[in-house]
Amino acid sequence: MIAGIDIGSRSMELVLLNRDETNNEVVLERRLPTTFDPAAQLKIILEGIAPEIISATGYGRKLVTEELCGVPSVSLTEIKAYALGVSHLFPEARTILDIGGQDTKAISLMKNGKVAKFEMNDRCAAGTGKFLEHLATVFQIPIEDFGNYALEGDQPLMINSMCTVFAETEATSLMAQGKNPRDIALGLHGSIVRRTTNMLHRVGLNEPLVFAGGVANNPCVINMLTHSLKISPSVPERPDMVGALGAALHGKNLLKIS
Amino acid sequence: MSDSAYKNMWENLNLDIEAHDGLLEVLGKFYGDIYMSQEGRLKGMEYLDFVLSEVHGLRIKELMDAKEAGRKIIGTFCVFVPEELSLAVDAIQVGLCAGADAGTEAAETVVPRNTCALIKSFIGFKMAKICPYTESCDLIIGETTCDGKKKAYEAFGEMAPMHIMEVPQRKEESDRVLWKSEVIRLKDELEKLTGKTITAESLKKGIKITNDKRRALQRLNKLRAAKPTPISGRDVLLINQVSFYDDPIRFTQSINALCDQIDERIANNEGIVAENTPRLMLSGCPMAVPNWKLPYIIESSGAVVVAEESCIGTRNSRDLVDETGETVEEMINAICDRYMKIDCACFTPNNERMDNIKELAEQADVDGVIHYSLMFCQPYTHEAFKVEKTLASESIPMLSIETDYSMEDVEQLKTRVEAFVEMIS
Ligand code: SF4
Ligand code: SF4
Repeated sequence: MIAGIDIGSRSMELVLLNRDETNNEVVLERRLPTTFDPAAQLKIILEGIAPEIISATGYGRKLVTEELCGVPSVSLTEIKAYALGVSHLFPEARTILDIGGQDTKAISLMKNGKVAKFEMNDRCAAGTGKFLEHLATVFQIPIEDFGNYALEGDQPLMINSMCTVFAETEATSLMAQGKNPRDIALGLHGSIVRRTTNMLHRVGLNEPLVFAGGVANNPCVINMLTHSLKISPSVPERPDMVGALGAALHGKNLLKIS
Repeated sequence: MSDSAYKNMWENLNLDIEAHDGLLEVLGKFYGDIYMSQEGRLKGMEYLDFVLSEVHGLRIKELMDAKEAGRKIIGTFCVFVPEELSLAVDAIQVGLCAGADAGTEAAETVVPRNTCALIKSFIGFKMAKICPYTESCDLIIGETTCDGKKKAYEAFGEMAPMHIMEVPQRKEESDRVLWKSEVIRLKDELEKLTGKTITAESLKKGIKITNDKRRALQRLNKLRAAKPTPISGRDVLLINQVSFYDDPIRFTQSINALCDQIDERIANNEGIVAENTPRLMLSGCPMAVPNWKLPYIIESSGAVVVAEESCIGTRNSRDLVDETGETVEEMINAICDRYMKIDCACFTPNNERMDNIKELAEQADVDGVIHYSLMFCQPYTHEAFKVEKTLASESIPMLSIETDYSMEDVEQLKTRVEAFVEMIS
């Protein structure tokens, strides 16, 4: 068996694949919060399974070593992992948008599924999952519900700042003016979408577009993205598992070659 | 790297000893991590390790001794300042461009926060009194290559003796006239400072020494492009950096000796990395010592740097001054012609740079290019778009990076660079 693991800033995911060449069905999936002790969480997520190889991606990919896990390990970047994962699920895909906890990435793919170009946000968390998560707490709404909450608004209010801290200031001052909080939430979602569409255009947006990563669970972002791009993105069933799936596929490819 | 024997000298230079110790410590640690950890380095690199370990020691002592003997020290920030002229008045020219995040807070009291790290660093070094080179200079030559520098020199000029050269922004005939008058103005200034007159003989010698240095670097650049590459990109970067402050004659000899060793390596088909390692070219802003962040990230991501299109790279060595001139006038003209070929992003238009990039990418047979610009550097960040387009037309992938001297973005840079290497492998 082959394990793919994606250690992100917020959560880690595990996907287990069969060694069977003709069958890439997922045998097992797990998910845990990364916490401040990712090494300990890694042990927990691997409990009771004995893969031949672990292929790691994400921010914490270098954490996964043979010493720690007792099996050979390899690593790859999230960019390649998403390219592999998405191409497996949607062989026709030409562009990927991945919004995760701390990073946003736009990736354009060649016809053979290889990465042609990519863009990534730089150092700050503007326009990432962290941005939504932080603002959801300001609204005192669970992050899982924040998208649906925003969808209840009908007049998106313009939030100009991309910076999480300044956006919060803008949102609270709009609240103080008595504006409908659902409209403010809608505006906040809009600001993420504006930022990501720019990124998508920079890599050259070709269809079909696949939207993956944790934020692809947010119906409001999907909705607004569809509206502003005039393209409806395909969303994997479990968008946050795509990185781990891609990592596992990478591991499997390596086993095949050797 | 710190040595108490030099403490007196540093004190005489009025350095802030404590802050300076701090800088040396960081420099030493960086150097150990980034350079000494490499496997299979060439023996000739020991010379550079030595030069670097003595960067604030022996070399400064040499400068002090030279000053004692009546020679002047000229500091520069840019490859536009003709070293030929300094040599012709028997002065020593050193590059001052600073590559470390030091004195930034102080610098931000005299230049805006959104100024590139290089400018903040040279001002910071001065204000924090940590750079013995800056403190040794009898005259510092600035140049008007970008608005940031142009304005920063106004503040810097209040702290240090300065002369500013106006670098034209276009390459028309009238620009050459301007540039020539600026070269002559510099010549006059240097003669006044040193009390020496530039003669045909002294200028010829200056031209020869500088050209020899460039020829050695050209030789190195050719050899490094061999497959498998015989020397790491980091080491070549270091050599280029050292070329700005070491004694030019000694430097030329050492680099030629190193090149002899490289010749042997190539003959034995030995490389510093495996033959199939992805080959990258770095292009863009200069990287002053100890700005090794990006090259280090690249070379620890499974790629090797085989060419540098930068002022600390081929831009500084590509063109020679014509050596056939006999009179001072002829030689000044030759110098003007050579320097007007510099394809700095400060020019508009600057299409030569695109041609040079294409040519270099081809010569070095690179798999991709990483374009580096310092955050807030208008000229190079603008040109990144053009460079990408130019390279795309040759089907060479490019990754554009904007960063500064801080370490906060290292993880993200790693992801980007690794993904780029995955993409081209
Ligand atoms: S980039 Fe331009 S301004 Fe900077 S050192 Fe080079 S030539 Fe001078
Ligand atoms: S890096 Fe750019 S902004 Fe900074 S001094 Fe050089 S040209 Fe000017």
